[in-house]
Amino acid sequence: MTRAGGRSYAVLWGLIGVIILLALWEGYKALGPSSGVELFGQGILPKTDDRSMPHLWAMVQRAAEPVNSSAGSPPVWLAVIGAALNSLGVAAVGWAVGSVIGLLLAILMQRLRVAERAVLPWLILSQTVPLIALAPLIVAWGGKIQIGAFSWDRWMSVAVIAAYLAFFPVAVGALRGLQSPDTIHLELMRSYDAGWFKTLVRLRLPASVPYLLPALRLGAASAIVGTVVAEVSTGYKGGIGRMIVEFAQSGTSDPAKAYAPIAGAVVLGLVAAGLVALLGLGLKRFNRQEVSS
Amino acid sequence: MTETNVHPAAGGASAGGSALAPAAISITNAGKVFAVAKGAEVRALENIDLTVSPGEFVSLIGPSGCGKSTLLRLIADLDEASSGEVLVFGKSARQARIDQEYGIAFQSAGLLPWRSVQANIELPLELHGVGKAERTTRAEELIELVGLTDFRSRFPDQLSGGMQQRVAIARALAERPKLLLMDEPFGALDEMTRERMQQELVRICAETGAAVVFVTHSIPEAVFLSDRVVVMSPRPGRIVGIVDVPLGPGTSRTEALRENPGFFTAVTAVREALHGSPAVPAGADLR
Repeated sequence: MTRAGGRSYAVLWGLIGVIILLALWEGYKALGPSSGVELFGQGILPKTDDRSMPHLWAMVQRAAEPVNSSAGSPPVWLAVIGAALNSLGVAAVGWAVGSVIGLLLAILMQRLRVAERAVLPWLILSQTVPLIALAPLIVAWGGKIQIGAFSWDRWMSVAVIAAYLAFFPVAVGALRGLQSPDTIHLELMRSYDAGWFKTLVRLRLPASVPYLLPALRLGAASAIVGTVVAEVSTGYKGGIGRMIVEFAQSGTSDPAKAYAPIAGAVVLGLVAAGLVALLGLGLKRFNRQEVSS
Repeated sequence: MTETNVHPAAGGASAGGSALAPAAISITNAGKVFAVAKGAEVRALENIDLTVSPGEFVSLIGPSGCGKSTLLRLIADLDEASSGEVLVFGKSARQARIDQEYGIAFQSAGLLPWRSVQANIELPLELHGVGKAERTTRAEELIELVGLTDFRSRFPDQLSGGMQQRVAIARALAERPKLLLMDEPFGALDEMTRERMQQELVRICAETGAAVVFVTHSIPEAVFLSDRVVVMSPRPGRIVGIVDVPLGPGTSRTEALRENPGFFTAVTAVREALHGSPAVPAGADLR
């Protein structure tokens, strides 16, 4: 099958890309000047000593050693996986909430032209607000929420910020998808006297799937980025974002340690996108396109 | 109302005797004006009078822009007449649409790509709350009627254009409408498939007994299929003639009809009606 062949090619090229990146790192480290490259007094390439650029194998080796010298300290890789799973859980909540909100907004905008004109600019504007500015506000607002036994937790602030980033691609993608049916299909539904809701369920939602899946994938990546950044700016402990900052602070004495959580965050993004792609497998038939004779 | 110096319209003839049952379609003095940019208007249809009896096959033919598709859309209540009256089985076009009095097929099949052949045919039934078992039975009947038994679980992108169009026709017939509206359904098909589909349509119509309004710009197609051919001319769209296609005794609409002298007479009559617009003095040389 050409499709299967295409997929294994894609994996091959992906691997080649990673190998080239690794070779560049080690190659520059071996050949570049140890004091780095400067141009007009500006450093444009980093120093190549072991503190600035540890060897790849040093990173791997460090990842296998315990986090610190205290007794019972787990190896770095295990701590990274724990933190990554923690972040993944928070990001998943944010992604789910953001996706539902994005989809509902898209349906609202499809239903009411006025809403599209009124809401869409605000959606775009919302994405220009810097997260760093937003995080403390959300933490502060959340702190005031206390309903019965429910009290606002810090992870919820992180999830809200993840949702804030994730809803946008979903809203825009879903809107395009909901507006994608051809006139002929819409007129067919009219001839069946199908109302707005029936048309939404039988026509617009299925037709939006090819637009929705990439949007959900993008939303997942955004949710991960949002989670990592928000962990730092809200001071939430236990996630991968926090771990990146903590390990980097020990950079001078233990430079190889910081790279494990960074790699963990990258893998986390891939895993999140992969999970959404799995979702797409169940919706495959909606990716069929109409072909005219 | 209809003016022609070529072949007088026979509009009222078939409607005259049917005082008991309402006509399938009854259009009186209908017009359609489209507003275009900056207050300008396009008169798409003017002074349309047409009656279609139950079970009758009527084709609308004319050059592009003569409003034949618009006329079909008025009947289907996809557009609203600007003036005059459009009645379908004695009801307003809108009420007839709501009551599902007609089935419709367009030039492109318009199947939902994510639904199988069977699910596409079941769509209108599903929308109107018909139970699962009944839907399946009806879909199976229709699949057999259009000869796609081996393809029921295929998806539209796995079918040829002709097959897709058959599915669209089956879908239009799903709720046993007494009226079938078809807007150039075979327009995108090659000539061979087209003739075969025409043959199929004749058979299907005979089996269902539905009245058909069929938009086309192929003269042989119109003559082969129809009891009457309505000839239209553009700017503004109006009816310039109605050509009866009487089948001689013992003749039926089979391939042999295409060789029949009567067939050619009717083709010539339609062609003359098409080219001899009343605005042009008789005998004027049309290129």
